[in-house]
Amino acid sequence: MTLKLRELSMLDDGFNPGHGLCAGCSESVIVRQVLTALENPPVVALATGCLEVSSTRFPDTAWKVPLIHSAFENAATSASGVEAAFKALVRKGRMADRPITFVVFGGDGATYDIGFQWLSGALERGHKFMYVCLNNEGYMNTGIQRSGATMLGAWTTTTPAGSVTPGKPQWRKDMTGIIAAHGIPYVAQAAVHHWKDLMTKVRKAEAADGPAFINVLAPCDRGWRYEPEDTMAISRLAVETALWPLYEVENGKYKLNGPRHKSLPIVDYLESQGRFRHLLRNGDPAVVEEIQGIVDLEWNRLREKCGLEPELSKNEAEAVTSAD
Amino acid sequence: MTQPGAESWVDVPTGGTVVNPGSTERNLTGSWRTKRPVIDFDACSHCMICWVMCPDSCFATAKGTLVSVDLDHCKGCGICASECPRKCIEMVAEGRD
Ligand code: SF4
Ligand code: SF4
Repeated sequence: MTLKLRELSMLDDGFNPGHGLCAGCSESVIVRQVLTALENPPVVALATGCLEVSSTRFPDTAWKVPLIHSAFENAATSASGVEAAFKALVRKGRMADRPITFVVFGGDGATYDIGFQWLSGALERGHKFMYVCLNNEGYMNTGIQRSGATMLGAWTTTTPAGSVTPGKPQWRKDMTGIIAAHGIPYVAQAAVHHWKDLMTKVRKAEAADGPAFINVLAPCDRGWRYEPEDTMAISRLAVETALWPLYEVENGKYKLNGPRHKSLPIVDYLESQGRFRHLLRNGDPAVVEEIQGIVDLEWNRLREKCGLEPELSKNEAEAVTSAD
Repeated sequence: MTQPGAESWVDVPTGGTVVNPGSTERNLTGSWRTKRPVIDFDACSHCMICWVMCPDSCFATAKGTLVSVDLDHCKGCGICASECPRKCIEMVAEGRD
């Protein structure tokens, strides 16, 4: 089926309201988009994180699809075990063979940090499952602690901003790149505001002949410090500043799916959230410049992988013009 | 039916299995709200952007048209009002009619 919202709106999204996610949370929007886009019935494994604690508070569940409640680290392992068991039961004639999509939802804590080796193992073993990372750049449900996905300069409760440190001192991991290095059939980066791109990627991940991974930026109004109604606007800014480019790696081939040009400076993104306010208020241009420098570098590396010319940063472009 | 969670311990499914799919629906999160979305149905083009962007699955649809908004669960985040391309959703403060 083609992806038309009117037609999709006639389907049951498999995820009920009444869950405890904050007002304006992007995670349930991503889950609803993923479940609606799937063409096969899913079996879901959840890793510990905001989504798990908010949607499966015993004895309730928001889910209307089969779900395995896993620990922080082992959701990919749960899914790979179920996938292997299903194949074995079909082989022994104890279960009918039918298309089922095995899906994992994990936050960045589960994906970038705690569940990383388990995920890496499941990818290497080649189980046919799809891993969706809901990347809200921190341990939000335990009180906004930094993770391997948190941005340089971001305030969190474990990287407070003050006279000693300007928020988190390190850059984030390039998790999408790390997963792509596993050489699995499908890897993509997506954003919640761009529902069509995200749903198209879900369809591709579902059809992939082996493991698939989609890293979705999941803006968090509570932890990133912005008004709940701005969730989609923040996601859009992350893409337009090239901080979170939309791209996919299909059988090793890189392709940009989002804007081909960086249209806004990183300051526009930093300004939109309270977690970066100290960088601008106290005037820490060094950190802002450092962030812009890394964004430019990563953007050009990605462009190169996609077979595109590098894009000059504003400063570089000015330097070139003044030299002429 | 006994409310989920109200069973005696002998009736709790083995392994803590949860056998009430979608049962969070009984939590009326609409009480969290300080602002509520009011839709101008005359201006609405039924594009379903609000339906796909709502974190709390609040937009009821029928045959591809927008029918109503579920105020029992709407947390009043305002995403629908920000994202509606026709700007036909307005957030109105609760308690002021
Ligand atoms: S986003 Fe606006 S125009 Fe589109 S269906 Fe919703 S209310 Fe109607
Ligand atoms: S205000 Fe938020 S929760 Fe309420 S209907 Fe709009 S998007 Fe959904």
